[in-house]
Amino acid sequence: MNILEINDLRKTFDDNQVLKGVSLTLEEGKVMSLIGSSGSGKTTLLRCITGLEKADSGIIKVAGNTLFDGERVGKRTSEENRKNQLLTGLVFQNFNLFPQYSVLKNVTLAKELLLKEEFKAKKVDKEERKKQLIALDEEAKSIIASVGLAEKLDAYPCELSGGQQQRVAIARALMLSPKLLCFDEPTSALDPEITGEVLKVISNLAKEGRTMLIVTHEMGFAKSVSDKVVFMDDGVLAEQGTPEEIFDAPKSERLKSFLNSTLRM
Amino acid sequence: MSQFAEQFPIVFNALNVGFLQTFRLFIFTLVGSIPLGLLMSFGSMSKFKPLRVLIKVLVWIVRGSPLMIQLLIIFYFPGLVFGVQLWGGGESGRFLAACVAFIINYACYFSEIFRGGIVSVPKGQQEAGIVLGMSKSQIFFKVTLLQMIKRIIPPLSNEIITLVKDTSLSRIIALQEIIWAGQSFMKGSHGISGVIWPLFFTAVYYLAFNGVLTVLFSKLEKKLDYFKV
Repeated sequence: MNILEINDLRKTFDDNQVLKGVSLTLEEGKVMSLIGSSGSGKTTLLRCITGLEKADSGIIKVAGNTLFDGERVGKRTSEENRKNQLLTGLVFQNFNLFPQYSVLKNVTLAKELLLKEEFKAKKVDKEERKKQLIALDEEAKSIIASVGLAEKLDAYPCELSGGQQQRVAIARALMLSPKLLCFDEPTSALDPEITGEVLKVISNLAKEGRTMLIVTHEMGFAKSVSDKVVFMDDGVLAEQGTPEEIFDAPKSERLKSFLNSTLRM
Repeated sequence: MSQFAEQFPIVFNALNVGFLQTFRLFIFTLVGSIPLGLLMSFGSMSKFKPLRVLIKVLVWIVRGSPLMIQLLIIFYFPGLVFGVQLWGGGESGRFLAACVAFIINYACYFSEIFRGGIVSVPKGQQEAGIVLGMSKSQIFFKVTLLQMIKRIIPPLSNEIITLVKDTSLSRIIALQEIIWAGQSFMKGSHGISGVIWPLFFTAVYYLAFNGVLTVLFSKLEKKLDYFKV
């Protein structure tokens, strides 16, 4: 089954057409890396999928739900929009943790708010509320432990290293069990020696069979973790294939020169 | 000296009564102008241009003209032009008019402080809230608000300390606050007349009250020291 289906997606900022008709699919349990130079539209594509940016036309479907359809823009209720929002998760380049909350609260906050809305709507009694909130904390703790931060539950973001913060951000996204988890250059803001700890967490998620879409500049990582690699250039998918096809036998001149330039760095 | 000792308890009582009115005006102004200022700051960031322009013009007029004139206009205008006793008579009427003038005036200053605080919270915070499926109001109250408060404590405490002293402007519409109470001993009140020291002495009240506020604000600032923005 396809978790992600994108058809002819277009997006223009002022006079600058950033996405010039992008179509792609991603199967359940697979990992796709998006590579390409800055300005090629990778991040914009990710932001359109995760609802931070509204495309101009085209279709985005996640797990069979239409997240965006250029033909019927603005005809969805905000309720539907929020439900759709939970289908995707996004891990930011700059983590964007909530500084005023502890690690645990960062991870539980969004789900707690959803639960409390549900309590209100369904008139859940006090005992049951308490039980569910405790279960929520337990779930969060086990997710935090799975990214190796069990010791840091009560720490605040300012007390953590960049790598630790990014792992909390990953735990926070996992907490809502998105069908598709997206990463926007998850290691670009980190010191080289700590990118490894974050990449390891992502690799583990890949092994667990999470469906993920990763924008990255780490070519070695993209090669090892991905089932499919897509090279974006000037708003189009210039080339796509298995990691071997893309990295070992690039066809287009653009991809060849891109790979050469990243190797030289 | 013995005369001073005789006068002091009388003056002290009268000034306390005056200060109570000062304090009431201060509290009513805060309670009214903070929510109104927050609403205005949303308005000034609205996507709806006429609203944005309206708020900008209002802020310009209110910040650009003396509060004393605003007090006079708000107090006298309804009666002089429409012949309506909008505020009712007596001290309670003057107090109501003063509250309205102060709330509008301070809401305008606060709205600018709030707007600055809100836009200074990185956009990534909002975006994180969006991708986590939070609603707009959840993002504001659970994510943005506390970060904004932390950022605006210094300018806000400045403004609030200024408000304490600005309440004395309500003397112009004869509100019986502490300056009025101090001044009354010059013309004659409670059997004392022709003394000016009670008026000077009112400054002690302002100093003491602002001292308390300063301590409270630095406590609040310390309390929010546990996180960085």
